[in-house]
Order: sequence, then C-alpha cells, then structure tokens
Amino acid sequence: MSARTATLRDAVGLGLAVGLYGVAFGAAADAAGLDVWQALVLSALMFTGASQFALVGVLGAGGSGLAAIGSALLLGTRNTVYGVRLAPLLAPRGVLRRVGAAHWVIDETTAMAVAAPDRELGRLAFWVTGATIYVGWNLTTVLGALGASGLGGTAQAALDAVVPAAFLALLWPRLQRTSPEAVVQRRVAVGGAVVALLLTPVVPAGVQVVAAVVAVALAGRPRHEEAVR
Amino acid sequence: MIGGSLWTVVLVAAVGCYLLKLAGLSVPAAWVEHPWVTRVVEFVPAALLAALVAVQAATSGPDLVVDGRLAGLAVAALALAVRAPFIVVLVLAGATGALVHALAG
Repeated sequence: MSARTATLRDAVGLGLAVGLYGVAFGAAADAAGLDVWQALVLSALMFTGASQFALVGVLGAGGSGLAAIGSALLLGTRNTVYGVRLAPLLAPRGVLRRVGAAHWVIDETTAMAVAAPDRELGRLAFWVTGATIYVGWNLTTVLGALGASGLGGTAQAALDAVVPAAFLALLWPRLQRTSPEAVVQRRVAVGGAVVALLLTPVVPAGVQVVAAVVAVALAGRPRHEEAVR
Repeated sequence: MIGGSLWTVVLVAAVGCYLLKLAGLSVPAAWVEHPWVTRVVEFVPAALLAALVAVQAATSGPDLVVDGRLAGLAVAALALAVRAPFIVVLVLAGATGALVHALAG
C-alpha cells in the first residue's frame, strides 16, 4: 500500500471513530437545555470537541453563560499552539485559505498532519481528516440531539451517567503511560477535580470548572529541554 | 437560561474558539512558543476535563451527591482501563446509571 493510501485510510478511519463522539455531544447538549439548532451551530462553528462538551457541561450544571464561555475558551487555547505548529506545514497562502484552514485546526487533524511522513502527505492528512471529522461530527450531533429529546425518566438517568463518562473518555488518553509526562497530567487532573469539588458549595455553578485551571500550577516549571528549544 | 441569551453564549463562545485557532496560524510563533505558555496550555485540558468529570458525576447545584452517575463513572473507568471502544464505554455507563435509577426507584 502506498504512503498516500495509508494516510487516506488512517484519516478516514479516525474521522469515523471521532464521529461517534458527536452522538454523545448532541445528547449532552440536549440534556443541558440546548435545542437541536444550537447543538448543530456549536458543532459547525465552534468545531472543537472538548470546548463544546465544556460549554454544555457548565450550562447543564446550571452555570452562567460567562463561566460556560470561559471554560470553552480555556480549552480552546491549545488549538492556538496547534496552529503555530501547523503554520509552516500548511503554509496557507492568502487570507481565504488561512481562514478556512484555521477552522479545522483541532487535536485530530494536528496529530495526523504532524505524524505524516512528509509535508505533502501532512497537508493531505490535515484536509482529509478535517473533512471526514467535520461531516461525521455534524451529522452525529444532530442524531444525538434528536435522539435524546423526548426521553423518559430512566433514559434520562442513563443520559446523565453518559455525560461524565464522555468527559472521562476525553481525559483518559492524556493520563496513560504513552502520553508525555503522564504522571504530571494525573497530578494536575486530580488537582482539578479536587478544586472543583471543594468550590462547588461556595461559588456560583460553573465557576468551579473555570477555577480548576489553577491546578495547572501542579505541573511545575517547564522542563529544561523545553526552555532551551 | 432564556433562549436569546443562550444563543448569545453559543455564538460568542464559537467565534472566540475560532479566533483562538486563527491566531495560531497568524501570529509569530515566538509569541506562543514561550516555554511557560506551552507548559500551561499542555496541562489546561487535564485540569478542566477532570473538573468537568467531577462536577458532572458528583454534584447537583451547590451540593455534592452520590447517585447512579458516580456508579456509571466507575464502570466507565473500568471499561476504559480494559481499552473498550468509546461507544461501549458510554453504553455501559448509561446502562449503569439507568439500573441504579430503576433500583433506587
């Protein structure tokens, strides 16, 4: 199989797998009180899963709009770093291409583009992964939002249990041994959870999620190699 | 939250997240690749996602509560530990939550 075929296959495969998360997002958005259109606009315009889940998670917990926006933006900052890494590879010429490429700068497209064996395949991986995920993510968001509306009591309890599980599934890969500095990631994660639970009784809903960002301090100073690079 | 302001939240957050992406492709790399900036950005998702897991699973308004969601979360963690696919993790968590709800009446 050629490297090009392998890149295409991996990109489409990842896109289909990620599409499944869209069902969970659509259901979570419905549970938080968003209608189908609002869920779809988030998937089509925001198009960055963790921020979307955070926004509906905070709103679902009764949080204010500001807390919801704050948590979504905090989680969106990593896409800025991805953009910096992708800029030399994509080298988008002209304003239109840059504006278009920026919309698809997310975890998965960055991982696929950076892992590709050369620059041309890197670009191919970025665009194919982006397109597959974009279509799948938006379709499954609608499915999830429509499917979740009009559920009865027991089904609603099931959905309530699905939402935290979806967040855990998003978090999980960052805590595994294959992730760089997994031990530090775990420390920060435990810190974030503890801060959020301690603050829950005393701050307005949603604020504890944004405030949990202070747990990043547990990561400590940058490693020496990073400082040098 | 009333409908109009909910749309405002949706649109403001969506545009803000898009501008964060665009900034990465547009600003000089040196602005973003400061060691402290990359250090913080690398660990923000762990802190926030863990906070969301905790809040979604164990709180209700200002109260800490234990119910089917926490049981579902425990089952989800077990499923993730044995590398179950995402959809299986969610179905098991949902089934657990529904079961606890049915048993607790």
